[in-house]
Amino acid sequence: MLAEYTGVLVILVLGVVVACAMLGIHLLLGPRRKFAGKHEPFECGESQIVSPRRRYAVKFYMVAILFVVFDVEAIFFYPWGAVFQDLGWFGFMAMFIFTIPLAIGLIYEWMKGGLEW
Amino acid sequence: MTPLMHGFVWGLVIATVLVTIAVLSIWFERKFSARMQSRLGPTLVGPAGILQLVADALKMMQKEDLIPEKADSILFRLAPPFTVLFTLSVAAVIPFSENVLAADLDIGVLFMLAVGGLVVFPVWIAGWSSNNKYALLGAMRAVAQGIAYEIPLVLSAMVPVVLAQSMRFSDIISVQAETHWFVIWPLGPGLIAFVIFFICSLAEANRIPFDIPEAESELVAGVTTEYAGMRFGLLQMAEYLHTLIASAVAAAIFFGGWDGPFAPGLHWMVLKTLALFFTIFWIRWSLVRFRSDQLMALCWKYLLPLSLLLVMVAALFVHYCGVGA
Amino acid sequence: MTAETILFYLFGGLAVISALGMVLNTRNTVASVLSLVVTMVSLGAVYLLLEAYLVAAFQIMVYGGAIVVLFLFVVMLLNLSTDEFPPSKQRLIKSAFVIAGVAILAQILIALGHDPLFATPPEAVPEGYGGYRQVGILLYTDYVLLVEMASLLLLAAIVGALILAKRKID
Repeated sequence: MLAEYTGVLVILVLGVVVACAMLGIHLLLGPRRKFAGKHEPFECGESQIVSPRRRYAVKFYMVAILFVVFDVEAIFFYPWGAVFQDLGWFGFMAMFIFTIPLAIGLIYEWMKGGLEW
Repeated sequence: MTPLMHGFVWGLVIATVLVTIAVLSIWFERKFSARMQSRLGPTLVGPAGILQLVADALKMMQKEDLIPEKADSILFRLAPPFTVLFTLSVAAVIPFSENVLAADLDIGVLFMLAVGGLVVFPVWIAGWSSNNKYALLGAMRAVAQGIAYEIPLVLSAMVPVVLAQSMRFSDIISVQAETHWFVIWPLGPGLIAFVIFFICSLAEANRIPFDIPEAESELVAGVTTEYAGMRFGLLQMAEYLHTLIASAVAAAIFFGGWDGPFAPGLHWMVLKTLALFFTIFWIRWSLVRFRSDQLMALCWKYLLPLSLLLVMVAALFVHYCGVGA
Repeated sequence: MTAETILFYLFGGLAVISALGMVLNTRNTVASVLSLVVTMVSLGAVYLLLEAYLVAAFQIMVYGGAIVVLFLFVVMLLNLSTDEFPPSKQRLIKSAFVIAGVAILAQILIALGHDPLFATPPEAVPEGYGGYRQVGILLYTDYVLLVEMASLLLLAAIVGALILAKRKID
């Protein structure tokens, strides 16, 4: 079983090799000439006044929390979906009941405007 | 051949071929977009400008490896190789024919989704470590969009899993080969699930109409703003690779993979993959981009409930008609 | 040493190092969140080597993907600077954690020496154990009530997040 993962490992190693080779050639051939202003962050011609690492909107946080919730839901779905035929009607009802609170949650979120960007 | 050797040889071949196609597609896209806009595109270097790629690669290699001031230099250097690495590792589980596959995993579909979901991190690192507001805004948008569309992507990829009662790619394809491609039959769920999967793949790969993370009119070049030379090249390559691999996955789980008459399986799989890949380019040069709020509304209000419903419909279909009906 | 053992030590070591990197790095919050990703993914690889394929995929998907993205966005939302946590206090917390860590390590080492559970080599797992078929059937027959309760927990998470986020906006 574990031998099946050889292909994954090979591709991982190959990815590292390809990336390192491309960057290695680049570092060998590329020039290195420093002068003032060259390494300034790009700001359409202006100098940077403040650091861009500031507080970000709470909207991103809302998306992330919804993502966690529905990702966990999908995790419950996957083992269910792949063995559904053996579970039969009972399994379908179990999943249906599982989905109801989540559907209520999504509708609540929608009504309260939590889905508006 | 032992499974070890099999995985080794095909892993090598598949990764090499995919990277080559991804690089070639950059030339193709330039030609194609030029034709769409009544231009000629690259013509000077080689026949029909195909050697433009080599010229571009040589040019990129001779550029200076710029690292902006106050950037987090370690993270800044690490991000581009990791985008390629995570994107490429998804390719390991895609079967191109009965034999041409690197790793036929028991949890194939889940592996693809799990590893594919990690791509948001290097993209985010690239944006954050640049110390540039355009890059960081692009990265925040890319991650928000990537995780939002991950949910319908995961759920729509589950429709073939339910229909084939297996997460193994080769099982999903054999069920389709014995009966019908899932995009054709069962009539409703297969086709709609494919459309959702395709839309979400476009969004994950930040392709038009979902390219708000690199909207050039407001964000310069998104996360790639501060990158130069080969690091920029790697980020670019990862994007094309992502699109190509998403097409291959869609071809495998919805279009019957290697199944087709007259020609060997490998030809069919490659044909289907390239056809979907071409469609993505076509869409790119035909549509305009969505706004952020439209993007999120589409995902949470339409695609998510719809894909949940589709999974249930597919389950009912399997319950009443059985696998491969 | 087999390839499996080498990989186990590789990923195990990576998990420990990146976990330490996460805890000890107080200068750069984002970098420490990112080393958490490395920890989670290496743990996923360790699960894989233990032939728990489904758990490995879930580990990478939920812990490596979803939860760390949430942490990242929380970091971006708060953007705490070092002045809000004076270094003297940090040193106290750190030393407390170091002591707790050493105590746990000692306990594990003692257990490894005495407990017969650790002394005997584990039995070979049956075919297909830890695969999604067993897990799926067990989850939706024997443990179906717990699954339904998990759904209620997720509902609570949605509602709670919405209320907290809305309060900040208003």
